[in-house]
Amino acid sequence: MQPSHLAGIVNLDHPGHYIHFHWLLISYGNAIVIALMMATFVAALFLPFPGARRKGHHHE
Amino acid sequence: MSNATINRQWTTRLRKRVEGVLPPEKLLPDTQPSYVASWIYVFGVATLAALGLVTLSGLVLALKGPTWWHVSNVGHFVNSVHLWSVEVFFFSMVIHLWGKFFMAAWRGNRSLTWITGGVTFMASIGTAFTGYVSQTNFDSQWIATQAKDGINSTGAGAYFNVLDLGQMLMWHITLLPLAAIALTGLHVILVRKRGVVPPFADEVSA
Ligand code: HEM
Repeated sequence: MQPSHLAGIVNLDHPGHYIHFHWLLISYGNAIVIALMMATFVAALFLPFPGARRKGHHHE
Repeated sequence: MSNATINRQWTTRLRKRVEGVLPPEKLLPDTQPSYVASWIYVFGVATLAALGLVTLSGLVLALKGPTWWHVSNVGHFVNSVHLWSVEVFFFSMVIHLWGKFFMAAWRGNRSLTWITGGVTFMASIGTAFTGYVSQTNFDSQWIATQAKDGINSTGAGAYFNVLDLGQMLMWHITLLPLAAIALTGLHVILVRKRGVVPPFADEVSA
């Protein structure tokens, strides 16, 4: 594998980092992705959608 | 030919059935109910778009092979597009799944939509796993030697040998993607057939 340019910014040449809390063992990478998915989910529920009519004004 | 004979033909019967179940205005609608104007509805289509990019980049990788994607810059780029569109695919799919779960989007005769979604998720996990062991690098060797013990302990190793690169590659680039894409097609057709599920409050009036 050739070193990529990104590898210069993020040093990957070490064992992975893990969150270890009692029985829970999860890599930082996986934990961060799960947190991002949750944040995106909540944002999708609350951010206004362009062109959407306001709540409580159903005319169908 | 008499009308009765024509009506008995399988082509005629099939056409009438498809027209009844999925008329063109239902398959490709021009408007959607107002509650669909929310970001949460974007994630199904985002998953679909990511799947398209996964498939396209995968086709290019298949065209040129591992000696290309390991050693050339363009090969690395296409390899990265493949990996990152898979990340977007699973990311969007999980948010899509959470959204549909909290909407209980299986209501109103839509259980098969939910089930095809769930089975597609399983097929995608299998596709990703066989992809990891098909990289032809130290990472894939490591993953395969770790995974073999787990799979052998179930007895499935006799049929599904993660150390057999040829078998894993075949599963990764033919069997599992075909299953995932076919299931996705069925999933979307079912969504179109039933229409988008109304919100809880509107269910009675809808
Ligand atoms: C390859 C993966 C998938 C793709 C490409 C996909 C695509 C879509 C699309 C485009 C829609 C319509 C738009 C929307 O409501 O977002 C939809 C609806 C739906 N999806 Fe998926 N989906 C996938 C996986 C899943 C999974 C894993 C589940 C849950 C187990 C699921 C459950 C549903 C349900 C229940 C609906 C119907 C919503 C309704 O009738 O309102 N899907 N899907």
